[in-house]
Amino acid sequence: MARRPEAVVILGRAVRTPRGAAGLVIAGCVILAAAIGPAVAPYSATQFVTSPFARASRAAWLGGDVLGRDVLTRTLDGGWELLAMAAVATALGVIVGAVLGVMAAYYGGWWDSLIMRSVDVILAFPQLVFALLLVSILGPKIWLIVLAVAISHAPQVARVARAAALDISERDFVKAMQILGIPGRRIIRRDVLPNLTSVLMVEIGLRLTYSMLIIAGLSFLGFGLQPPTASWGLMINENRVGMIANPWGVLMPAILIALFTIGVNTFTDSVARASLGVGGRATEPDPVLELAVEGTAQ
Amino acid sequence: MTATEATERVGPPSRAARPHPIRDTVIRRSLIGILTLVLVSILVFAATQVLPGNAASAVLLNTATPARLHALEAQLGLNRPAPAQYWAWLTGVLHGNFGKSLANGQPVGTLVGGRIVNSLVLVVLAGVIGTLIGVGLGVLAAARRDSVFDHVLSVTALAVTALPEFVVAVVLVIFFAAVVFHWFPAVSVFVPGTAPWSNPRELVLPVATLIIVIVPYVFRMMRASMIDALESDYVQMAQLKGVPRWRVLFLHALPNAIAPTIQVIGLSFLYLAGGVVVVEYIFNYPGLGQALVNAVSDRDIPQIQAIVLVLAAFYIFVNILTDVISLAVSPRRRLPRS
Amino acid sequence: MTAPSEDIPVTELPADPGTPRLAVEDLRIVMAPSRRRPEADVVDEVSFTVQPGHVLGLVGESGSGKTTVALALLGLVKRGLAIGGGKVLIDGQDILSLSEHELQKVRGKTVAYVPQDPGSALNPVLKVGTQLREVFAIHGGDADRLTQVMAEAGLKDPGPILASYPHQLSGGQQQRVALAMAFACRPRLIVLDEPTTGLDVTTQRRVLDTVRGLCRTYQVAAVYISHDLAVVAEIADHVAVMYSGRLIEIGAAAELFGSPAHPYTRGLMRAIPSLEMSHQLLGMAGSPPRPGNRPVGCSFQPRCEFAIAECELREPPAVIVSDTGHAARCVRATEVAALSGTALLARERTAPPAEEAVLTISGVSVSYTNKPVLREISLDVGARKAVAIVGTSGSGKTTLARCVVGLHKDWTGTITFGGKELKPGVRGRTQDQLRKIQFVAQNPYGSLNPRQTIGQIIGHPLSHFTKLSARERDRRIGDALTSVALRESFATRYPDELSGGERQRVALARALVVDPELLVCDEITSALDVSVQAAIVELLLRLQAERGLALLFITHNLPLVRSIADDVTVISAGEICERGPVTQVLTAPSHAYTRQLLADVPAFGVDQSDTG
Repeated sequence: MARRPEAVVILGRAVRTPRGAAGLVIAGCVILAAAIGPAVAPYSATQFVTSPFARASRAAWLGGDVLGRDVLTRTLDGGWELLAMAAVATALGVIVGAVLGVMAAYYGGWWDSLIMRSVDVILAFPQLVFALLLVSILGPKIWLIVLAVAISHAPQVARVARAAALDISERDFVKAMQILGIPGRRIIRRDVLPNLTSVLMVEIGLRLTYSMLIIAGLSFLGFGLQPPTASWGLMINENRVGMIANPWGVLMPAILIALFTIGVNTFTDSVARASLGVGGRATEPDPVLELAVEGTAQ
Repeated sequence: MTATEATERVGPPSRAARPHPIRDTVIRRSLIGILTLVLVSILVFAATQVLPGNAASAVLLNTATPARLHALEAQLGLNRPAPAQYWAWLTGVLHGNFGKSLANGQPVGTLVGGRIVNSLVLVVLAGVIGTLIGVGLGVLAAARRDSVFDHVLSVTALAVTALPEFVVAVVLVIFFAAVVFHWFPAVSVFVPGTAPWSNPRELVLPVATLIIVIVPYVFRMMRASMIDALESDYVQMAQLKGVPRWRVLFLHALPNAIAPTIQVIGLSFLYLAGGVVVVEYIFNYPGLGQALVNAVSDRDIPQIQAIVLVLAAFYIFVNILTDVISLAVSPRRRLPRS
Repeated sequence: MTAPSEDIPVTELPADPGTPRLAVEDLRIVMAPSRRRPEADVVDEVSFTVQPGHVLGLVGESGSGKTTVALALLGLVKRGLAIGGGKVLIDGQDILSLSEHELQKVRGKTVAYVPQDPGSALNPVLKVGTQLREVFAIHGGDADRLTQVMAEAGLKDPGPILASYPHQLSGGQQQRVALAMAFACRPRLIVLDEPTTGLDVTTQRRVLDTVRGLCRTYQVAAVYISHDLAVVAEIADHVAVMYSGRLIEIGAAAELFGSPAHPYTRGLMRAIPSLEMSHQLLGMAGSPPRPGNRPVGCSFQPRCEFAIAECELREPPAVIVSDTGHAARCVRATEVAALSGTALLARERTAPPAEEAVLTISGVSVSYTNKPVLREISLDVGARKAVAIVGTSGSGKTTLARCVVGLHKDWTGTITFGGKELKPGVRGRTQDQLRKIQFVAQNPYGSLNPRQTIGQIIGHPLSHFTKLSARERDRRIGDALTSVALRESFATRYPDELSGGERQRVALARALVVDPELLVCDEITSALDVSVQAAIVELLLRLQAERGLALLFITHNLPLVRSIADDVTVISAGEICERGPVTQVLTAPSHAYTRQLLADVPAFGVDQSDTG
């Protein structure tokens, strides 16, 4: 009797489109490579197997990095921490942001002003700079980076969630509940939140790519995972010097990061399209227009 | 016509009664901006209080004994309570004195001041060119919706969005500077004291990187809002009046579509402020971003504080400008119903 | 070109006086085929003619295809649709055969369009003057003509209007600007697409007068599309009725409304409330078939009370029922037309016994910042009585309803319910008070949570106010559904599977499931087709009688008030103009505003009472 949850419906629809499927496959490959990479890598990440920036050979399929370690191994090793950190930071940021945004929307008044003013302060400089600020004080600790990135996501998510929640709060069915005297918290949980699903899903996708960008960027600048740990961002920086001799040390991690962001972005875009019209309509449907649009849909 | 219709007020209010939404917005947002800036400065200052060491220990390093530490702290005013220190710092800032760099002892103001212009050149060049390209392509894609041109552009934009700057930069360097072609220098060689634009070839790759990073955003937003405008009732009405296609596109649809895009353009400029950090580092460009990365490595607190404040001020300025321009292009928000 | 074009003098007629100004022949518009479904008809076999200076009313409910036909008269089809055949001849020239470039020359000059919602049809970032002058820039003309054209459209002081942006004008002014734009180049044909929907009755009357005047003066042929038959009766010489993409009846207005020849038209007439007489409103069961889903045979047959075996076999041909050209697509058309009158049953409104007022509103005032919205409103709602509150948009009637129900908190004055005072806002009220006052809103598409089943939606108030076992609760939900004439199986469906009328029934069920004493209805049928409205209204009245409910019914529709209410209060600009029993106020109004309203309500001018 219960309908499948909206999230499942939207995801199902998204996956069935060419863009959605492509995005999922691309991102999935990268995640898979990063996850099982350490298990299938030929050497260990810190092992010296060839001369620095050596060209690709049978011993080292992608050649050597700046210190002569195997580029392939380090690439396979260097993703999972990045992805895990990005995932956690995103989840944290979205949850906190969504809660704050919905509360600000529903309760309004000075609650709203307070939350939005605090949001403005954090939004007053770039996410990367915020993370750099914290790192400069406390050092490049993993938990700190994750926290910093999460905190810098929360304001933007809060804004989006607030706007969507405001829009829903204005709808008549929420007022119908209010008239009965049902307390605000219950209305939020039961009526407002479920309708935010599609908006939040798109935000999660976007935030995930940004998390990846910032964390990889920090690692590139030397403020993330420290050497000799293998990390894609760090690798790109380390191996820049020898790009002419062996570009793979830079190209391979760059390609993987790029594929991840492209895949997630493409999938998120298809999710955004799939969620049109799932939230229930606000006006009388015009049967002619509806079927006409249906026929021309992507 | 009855009496009620004749007395119905219509049209713009008289000069005396006309409100000034733009002026009011600028004033209001500036005040809020100043408040935000103060809050940011407090946040930044408070963060530095968390440090285990302080400026004195950084100066004395290994030669620190408790006695000498105390003496230096007293001299630098570090033994006063935090709010007093903050106040001292703040008044200093307002007089243009940002303190001395812990790394090399130079006044932070001079160190940072010179670099602001350099970074601004990158940001403005990339921002303006990127906006023009994004808007132009967006309008064209919307006008030829669902054509091959449109599909190719849309898919490319989708793929390129959210590529990290360092990936783009590195790919550009590999292609145009190091491995495939050798048209541009991979790293800039800047003589201190000369203006960065004196050798344009060194600007090309950094600016190109930043442009590639922001064009997809602007393009997608412009295309989407242009499509919305083209499907609106008023565009249909214009078509039904016999207005020729090009006029519909540029005089009816575009002025409406530009409003939401202004927000995204503003966001792009803001994004560039962060993007320069990585780009300047890669290309060794002497701007604020490079200074920030070095300062963080050195734990040079005064410099970090100054740069963060400058960035925050830039953010607030861009936000205000975006809001004002947004207001200027939306008569509906600018002028109330009389 | 640069030379200013002359007015087309009234005497200049097309060479052959027999050629109608507009002739539509077998117009067919289709939906482009897709993977899921082959090419489907949206509009088919539409043919009609209009002479210069005459107005043809094109009527139909939502989904009938009338707007699609309207746009086709200017050679425009929406995305996803295509012209499947037929001709649109204006003075003999087929519009549909023109190239895009040629069409541009014709649109605005030879054929003009007046939109339904001028607020969204006028470009919000261009000044009104720019948009008006544009027509002249493209088709020729000059500034003097502009002032003249605006004056003809009823805009006497053009200066400030030209300098404004569209959002700074009132709805009536916007529509007059649209009229001016349309008549600017003295077109041969004007297509008006529901131009007075959303305007209040008085403004509507004025716009109709203007249109009629301009058409007569310049011998313009007009096609007036509407779902409001009374408005069409006022302005049209001939009427064509559309159903499911086909023209099912056509004829002279007076004759068509007086003796409709098609069962659907007859059904529509019986659903329309009349200002003179309170009668039963009869809806039609079922709903029109969607494009691509038409049954074999007559499209109306599944809902038709006159259906016979032959109706299922094939699409009925047009049957001529009189020598004035009145024809209908029905095998029994002649019979139907002969049933003179529409057999309406006068409603027996037994005045309920005068009881204590259930709701007393006294001296209630509301103001937003400095603008007063309601001023010292006082009225009573007696037990079992239906009280209507009538006013135009902006009169404050919705605000009043929200105050009573607790959605709006900032009011002064007193509201008493069942003898006890009601606190403003929901927080201060007792559970009992909250339960006994229930509310149904206007928009059926916003009032139901799209993420919940009908059963859950109706169950909310039950769970909140009562403690029942699950089985008992399900039973009550089932009863609620049956009482609004929906099958119990609806409980597991989701709102997006329901039509507008069905959703309003659910909203009613939700309101009534907890046995309230007062039901506040805010324009609950304004967004519905007239036949659907009829069914909902009759349902509401039956429920009211069965349960002894007091009803506070907000509306702008005066004839509806005659059918529904015992008492009526007329509000204008936040103040009460008049108050009293319906029979008195609507027959012998004492306030000038009420008199004006009544005079402006469009009427059929045909005796609708039962004569046979």
